[in-house]
Order: sequence, then structure tokens, then C-alpha cells
Amino acid sequence: MLRFLVRRLLQAIPTLLILSILIFAWLRSLPGGPAGALLGDKATPEKIADLNKLLGLDDPIFVQYFKFLGRAITGDFGNSLVSAQPVMSEIGNFLPATIELGFCAMLIAVGLGIPFGYLSARFRGGAVDNVIIVLSLVGVAVPVFFLGYMMQDALAAPLGLPSQGRQMAGLDATTVTGFAVFDGIITQEWDAAWDAITHLILPAFALATIPLAVIVRITRASVLDVLNEDFIRTANSKGLTQPIVRRRHVLRNGLLPVVTVIGLQTGALLGGAVLTERVFNFRGLGFLLAEGIERRDYPRLQALLLFGALVYVLVNTLVDISYGLIDPRVRVR
Amino acid sequence: MVFGAAGNPKTFDPLFNDDGETFRIIRQMMDTLIMNKPGTADLEPGLAEKWEGSNEGKTWTFTLKKGVKFHDGTPFNAEAVCFNFNRMFNMKGAAAQSQMIYYGDVFEGFAKNEGDASGAPVFKDCQAKDESTAVLNLNKAKGAFPAAFTLPSFSIQSPDALKKYNADAVTQSGDSFSYPEYALKHPTGTGPFKFESWDQAKGEITLVKATDSPTQTAKLDKLVFKVIPDENARKQALKAGDIQGYDYPSPADYGLLRNDGEQVLIRPSFNILYLGINQKNNPKLKDLKVRQALAYGLNRDQFVKSKLPEGAETASQFVPKAIDGYNENVTKYDYNLQKAKDLLKEAGAEGMTLKFYYPTEVTRPYMPNPADIFTSLSEDMKAMGIKVEPIAKPWNGGYKDDVQKAGKHDVHLLGWTGDYNDAGNFVGTFFGREKPEFGFTNAELFSAISAADAAPAGEAHTKAYQEVNQKIMEYLPAIPISYGPPAIVVGPKVKGLVASPLTDERFYTVTVN
Repeated sequence: MLRFLVRRLLQAIPTLLILSILIFAWLRSLPGGPAGALLGDKATPEKIADLNKLLGLDDPIFVQYFKFLGRAITGDFGNSLVSAQPVMSEIGNFLPATIELGFCAMLIAVGLGIPFGYLSARFRGGAVDNVIIVLSLVGVAVPVFFLGYMMQDALAAPLGLPSQGRQMAGLDATTVTGFAVFDGIITQEWDAAWDAITHLILPAFALATIPLAVIVRITRASVLDVLNEDFIRTANSKGLTQPIVRRRHVLRNGLLPVVTVIGLQTGALLGGAVLTERVFNFRGLGFLLAEGIERRDYPRLQALLLFGALVYVLVNTLVDISYGLIDPRVRVR
Repeated sequence: MVFGAAGNPKTFDPLFNDDGETFRIIRQMMDTLIMNKPGTADLEPGLAEKWEGSNEGKTWTFTLKKGVKFHDGTPFNAEAVCFNFNRMFNMKGAAAQSQMIYYGDVFEGFAKNEGDASGAPVFKDCQAKDESTAVLNLNKAKGAFPAAFTLPSFSIQSPDALKKYNADAVTQSGDSFSYPEYALKHPTGTGPFKFESWDQAKGEITLVKATDSPTQTAKLDKLVFKVIPDENARKQALKAGDIQGYDYPSPADYGLLRNDGEQVLIRPSFNILYLGINQKNNPKLKDLKVRQALAYGLNRDQFVKSKLPEGAETASQFVPKAIDGYNENVTKYDYNLQKAKDLLKEAGAEGMTLKFYYPTEVTRPYMPNPADIFTSLSEDMKAMGIKVEPIAKPWNGGYKDDVQKAGKHDVHLLGWTGDYNDAGNFVGTFFGREKPEFGFTNAELFSAISAADAAPAGEAHTKAYQEVNQKIMEYLPAIPISYGPPAIVVGPKVKGLVASPLTDERFYTVTVN
């Protein structure tokens, strides 16, 4: 297992290196550089040119890239052009929000997705199945930002839920770890904890929609496949009770592709989080990324996109490991 | 009170900033020598009780208020004023100098220019005659004074705090900048509020009432600025009672907000939207008759009535009415389609094609919806028989480069919001020299503008700019379209906020029931 892990992590290095080149080249191919955004509306072309020179943005792109790489290796990703803060400390400050939001969203997606997918398969062709299929189709098709705005306009006021931010403005909650709910609990500031929970509900559901719909559909398909397998017929004919057959054989074998999808969806969450966090003003990494793109904040974008790629690689490694845990045949290979 | 801001502040040392979101916060914490009368662009005493320009505008004498202290308890006096101006003039480091946008514009150069700063300094020296008299000597007169002393960038800060927290240490790190502790955590001025904290993760900047208040006494104990970039989210937050006011409401929402009981305060307009004309790209536009045809053929009154928010007005020239130098008697171009067609015919430009650039992904106080504005103006052009080739580009993604740097367009939409009450801040910016945006050269006009800029403040200055405005409307290098009034929204319980044309709203007068 250790060798497997080490190998996977070593494989990540060239992946990240290639990605860093692509990210670097892509950012610099965007029209309008950071100088214009940094200097604001009143920037004259001369001032923009001066600033580009000062920041080394008029160097050949490969020179810029190697300078960037040299610093990045030492962990220096520079300061954000928007906030003037070191990008790494920004990521540290904003990461807890995204983890909190992503965790809740995946909890909702997995917690509802697997049971609904299973129900859908079990009652295949029936009314329950049809309703679930239609809903999951809608879930995949509706853009997150649209759903977010709908929720804000239609649900926030009637349900008395906050529609933006992580905490009520001006609330003097103590920050220990940066995880708002957790901090509220450990400092026993129950109002703050509850406030943070209510702020999580709408964005978490909005972010959960797509992974939820995908998990429902994959679970359904996978369970249907398993139900048609010979070993289920064998189990049934052995006279095992239905609950045992379902738990030991159907679910266990049906979950393998679902785990892959959960992994992929977790990795893709940052993409959805950009829109969700923006719509709900939920200040996490997605929020940082959206703001960075608007302002052409190269240092922030370079660090965030690479960080996203690293998360993707790590999540996929974890998925592969969990494969082995669920299905011993994978381990043997 | 919690106020919804549209963007992050950058840092809190006003010297290194030039954007509205940062200035909004700085204005509550720091004072300038001269300030703007609430709700207007007129001047009134700030930290200086009186000021006087002499030696043809090359010497400015400030009589300072007595008994004022900085938030750190140190006294405000003439030495502190001189410390601040000397600090600006003697600033070292290319990174720091490049970030002093307004200082560079107004004072033009440093004791020792570094990097690309290359101008001859306007500032000569500053003398503290006595405790409450500071004298600023300039190398040349400049029409921007005294109005430019109201710029938040020239706020007077505590010399002790500036030294203690190493305020000048702006450095470049990689392809970005890093700022000293002073600018991020210890801004120290004399304003009615003082800095408490900036929580980046929450996007909240907290100010508290400055107790033995130096200048004005704040009625609020605490003032929080909450950063909410999305306009709809700001609206939701106001509805939910999370914030008690926000800036840049969409004009489309004014009615709805009022129906909900919110107060939409319309600011007097201090901006201009114009149709730019690039004479270099399209030789036909070099002909004055063609430019006049455009001016007669655009139904600007109709456009302002149907497409712009309430309070908007048709522009007759390139400065708004509140500016000294506005001229009632400039050549006017009232809508006259037939005349426009005749002029085009005389110029042999009937059926000409114009590449019309307009920006996307942007809202500006003078330009609430660029696509709408484009549609309206291009319909007028079609009625004149002009063929319009529309080219839409994202604001920060090519539009400004194409228009201001490369001059790829024939005509385009752009505008400006003023920084202080000086006509040069408008017309000097547009037409003070040859620019790719207009591709227009006119030595007579250029020198008239630079003479007006050097004319000492007062009647001579005003008159010089009135003449400049008249000349511009004769040459017609571009067409002024409208003055747009931006708004600011506060909840029903908020009292005492005065909307300012310069977005110079001070919160110390505000109460929340």
C-alpha cells in the first residue's frame, strides 16, 4: 500500500508541472492583463505599460514562467494583486469555508443520492423511479447560479434563511480554526454556531444538486447491473433473506462505480463552488477564484488553479485506495 | 451600522490607493486639509480652517485647526502636515512610486524619480511657520489646486504611526506588491472613526467611533463595511436586514427598492458619457462636417429619457454642471436628422460604415448598460444612413486595450467620473494631448488646456476652462452624451446620510434607529 501511495504521489509531480505550464500560458493568453485591472478605470495605457514593466509582465513568457517556478518551488506564490496578501495565506484563510461547504454538499449528495438511486433501481419502471429520474435530470441540467438565485429569491425569505455570507455581518464570533460551525461549538458560542449552520443550508443544497443527481443516476444504473448478475440469483436461490442479499451483495457490489463518481464529483466541487460561493457571497476558494479571474490576478489564479489540480490528484488517489478496500480483487492486481 | 461594499479595499494607506471602495473607508478615518461640502463638489474647511493661494498659485498657506489629535494621541500640527507632504515627495522605491497614482497625477514627480516616474516635481518644499500654519511651495502653479487637496490620497496621517509601522516599505515581490504593516493594520488619521480590524476571510472591515473625537463626532459606535461583490446579493442582504445600506444599486431596481421602503438616494452627477471618435482609423471622421452630422443625428434627449435612470441629463460639453468652468454658452447640437443627413452628403460620407466598439461585462455610473446604449445610438446612426459594424469586447478583456492603446475603433463608448472639482480632471484627461483613443491633434487646443491648467484657481482658471469647453465643442473631437446620476441605497431606519457627487459620503452624521 505504501509503495502504491508513494508511486501515485510521484506521478503527481509531472502532472502538476504540465498543468502549471498550461495554466501559466492560458492566463497570459487572456486579453487584458492585471495592470489594467489593478490600476482601475483611470489607468492610461502608459501607466499600464509602466506597471507591466515593473512587474516583469513584459518579459518573454518562458522567462516569466521560470521565475514563477523558481519561487513556487520555495512555496512563494507571491501576493494577490487584489488584496495585497500573500496568496498562500489567502488560501489558508479561505480554505475552511470551501471545505465546510463542500463537506456539507457531499454529505447531502451522498446521503440522499445513494438511497434515492437504490430506491429508483428497486422500483424500476414504477412511479417512484420515474419521479426520481425526472428530478435527477433536472438536477443535472439546471445551472448552479440559476438555482442559487432561485433559492435566494424564493426560499430565503419564507424559510427565514440567510441568503448570503458565512456569518451575519458584524457578528463578533471567535475564530479558532476558521471552520465557522466547529469554532462556534468549541468556543461554546452557540449563537455563532447556529448562525453558521443556517448560512450553510442554501449554498450547500445548491452546490449538492449536480453531484446528487449524478450519484442517483450512477447508483441506479449500477444497482440494476448488479441485480442482473448471476451471484444475486445464486444468493436468492440459497434462500438468503432479502435484506441480507441487498446489504451484502447488491449494495456492496453496486457501490464500486458510485465511489469513483463520488471521488470525481468531490474533485469537481471546486468548479461548482466558484459559482455557488459567488452567488451566495460565501467567502471560500471559489469566491477567491471568481474575484481573481475578474481582476486578472495572476499570482492568485496560478496558486489556486494548481491547488485545485493537487486536490484533484489527491482525491483520485484516495478513490483508488478506497477501491481496494471495497473490492479485494483490485488490491490483488 | 453595516454597509455593503461592492469590492475589497486594497490597503488603508491612502497614498497608495486610488479606488472608490478603499477611499470610502479611508474617508471615515482620515481627514484632508480641505474637504467637500456634504452633497456638493464645493470646498469647505477640513483640517485647515483657512487656505490661501498666493505668488500666482505657487504658494499655499494653510491655517490649521487647533487642538486636533491623531487617533494614536499625537498632536496634529503644521509639522505633521509637512511631514506628510515631504513623505510623498521623498518616497523611495519604484514599487512605491508606481502605486502613488494620484500623487503622480497631481504632483507629477518625486525628489528622485525611480522606475518610470519621470516628471518634473510640482512640489518644492513645505514649511511649518508655526504650530498652526503650514506653507506649501510649488515649482509651478497648477489649476488642480486647491481642489486636489480634497483627494483622500492626500489625507494627513500620524507621523508617529507612519514611522512606527514602517509605512513607506512598499516592495515588489515577484509579479505583485507587498505592503507594510501600517497599510494593512495601523492606518492612523484624525477622522471621526478609527480603524479596528480587517477580517479578510469574512470580508469585513470594522471601524469604531474615535472617542475624544478630533474633528467631527460620530453618532454611530461601530461602522462595519461588508464586502459583497454581487449586486443582487447586496440587495438580498439589505432586504434580510444583514446590511443597512449598499452602493451601486442597478437603476432597474430603484422602483422596487423604493416600494420595499428603502431609500434610494440619487447622487448629483459628476461624470460624463461620451461617444468617442477616432480620426486616425477612419479618415472620413477627420472631416468636421461628419462629426457635426453625428452630433446632430444622435437623439440624445430621447436616449436619456428612455434608457437612463432618473436624474440623468443630456450633456452639452465634457464637464458636468457642478464643475467650475462649465460653460452655458457652448455650441449646441440639438437633434436634427435632416441636418445630419445634409452634412454627411456635403462631406461625401453618405452610407459610410463605422466600426462601433462597445464594452461588455461592465457597469459604470455613467454607463449603466453599455449594450443598451450601443443599440440606441446605433439606431440613430442607421437613421442617418450610416452602416454600423458592432464590435463588443469585455471591459478588462480587450476593450480598453483596443480603444485606448491600439485605437482600432472608429467610434466607441466611454466616460469618466471626476475626482475633484477641476475641469482639467475631465478635459485635460481626454484632450490635453494626442491619444490613440481619439487620433486627434490640435496644437491650439492642447496649449489652451495646458494654459488653463496653469492658470491660478479662481476666476481666471474658470474662464480659461470655459473657453476650452467652447473650443472643444467647436472642434468636436468626440460627442458628449449624458451626465448620469449614480445612487446609493440605505434602509428606512438610516438617517443623516448625504449622497455626494464625488461618492464622498461621510458616515459620522448617520444614525440608525
